[in-house]
Amino acid sequence: MSSGEVKLIGAWASPFVMRPRVALNLKSVPYEFLQETFGSKSELLLKSNPVHKKIPVLLHADKPVCESNIIVEYIDETWSSSGPSILPSHPYDRAMARFWAAYIDEKWFVALRNFLKAEGEEDKKAVIAQMEEGNALLEKAFIDCSKGKPFFNGDNIGYLDISLGSFLAWLRVTELAASHKLLDEAKTPSLCKWAELFCNDPAVKPVMPETAKLAEFAKKIFAKPQA
Amino acid sequence: MATDDVKLIGSWASVFVMRARIALHLKSISYEFLQETFGSKSELLLKSNPVHKKIPVLIHADKPVCESNIIVQYIDEAWNSSGPSILPSHPYDKAIARFWAAYIDDKWFISLRSILTSQGEEEKKTAIAEVEESTELLEKAFVDCSKGKPFFNGTDHIGYLDIALGSFLGWLRVVELDAGHKFLDESKTPSLSKWAERFCNDPAVKPIMPEITKLDEFARKVFPRQQS
Repeated sequence: MSSGEVKLIGAWASPFVMRPRVALNLKSVPYEFLQETFGSKSELLLKSNPVHKKIPVLLHADKPVCESNIIVEYIDETWSSSGPSILPSHPYDRAMARFWAAYIDEKWFVALRNFLKAEGEEDKKAVIAQMEEGNALLEKAFIDCSKGKPFFNGDNIGYLDISLGSFLAWLRVTELAASHKLLDEAKTPSLCKWAELFCNDPAVKPVMPETAKLAEFAKKIFAKPQA
Repeated sequence: MATDDVKLIGSWASVFVMRARIALHLKSISYEFLQETFGSKSELLLKSNPVHKKIPVLIHADKPVCESNIIVQYIDEAWNSSGPSILPSHPYDKAIARFWAAYIDDKWFISLRSILTSQGEEEKKTAIAEVEESTELLEKAFVDCSKGKPFFNGTDHIGYLDIALGSFLGWLRVVELDAGHKFLDESKTPSLSKWAERFCNDPAVKPIMPEITKLDEFARKVFPRQQS
């Protein structure tokens, strides 16, 4: 059932690709990592994800699964007897994890990306204010979900840790570009501690991009045209 | 655990609210339906969904669950020994159902809504073409997912993806009337057309599918038509 070759189409810099990589690591599932070249899309990608033409795509025994959070749930369900549970076990906790994961992608990440694209001080200030508001919500969500444990998921990293944690390198790049700390011991103390624990988790460390390398890459993709 | 008080904050006209209601009916769960007044938000809604302030909100033993697809999954999991399974059982089929449900909300619905909000004929034509294209994708998805069975769920009963798309059928008909264009059509989308009829006649759906004339009237209020 869970046998069959596993491949992942992705890129080292993508936070969405990082999510299934962490999940596969948690479940100790070996996989072939097929890296896309920035700026072009391989035949395999276009064939495996004809609807969105985006990474990540998990190929399990040649059957494609698309959309990062959907892939993470698929990995959790397919390799359910291997490694820790990625989704919480209680239906209510699962609903909360899914709710905040959706919030992160639909609101929080959009603000992060808007900052990287923002031109001019006014725009940047407005986006930073949005991000701080979002972080305050996530700080509170962490306290509610973790129930005193080190991770959103409890004792081990799980779905919501992966969902937010995969953005930490990009968050650091944004902080550098803004010269402004977004995760900060005074404003978001729990998230700061959590971020450090997350980054040091053995399933995460090997796939977390280096901040300097990512900052360099960010400059390239968000390069402004000549004035 | 599952026998506590269940309330649903919503509205008769909302597609997203309908999803939660169908799921509750499938599981034979009694609930109190708290209808919001169009144009205002109750204290209970603002308190239960402070992040988005939107319906539906399911309140189970005073604990709120928000976002329609998340509510449907919650209902399936919390009442898993009651009624049919809403999500398919195989992880791959679950992933495909979730993929298409996300596509419906992130792409198909957005194009559909833009027909009603479009300014001028050009914009409307573009939106119509987009919906045509994405509906064709859904026709193919139906053939793949249903595997010869009557529903997207690949079984003889409606499931997650049927609910995700089927809850739009009332509004789809309203948009078809407004655009003067059929999207579900026996020649272009034969499988979806047959599926739509079966879905609307399902006992979990029929009592809560809004009447088209009532919905059309409501739509005209919410999306006033441009003067030609």
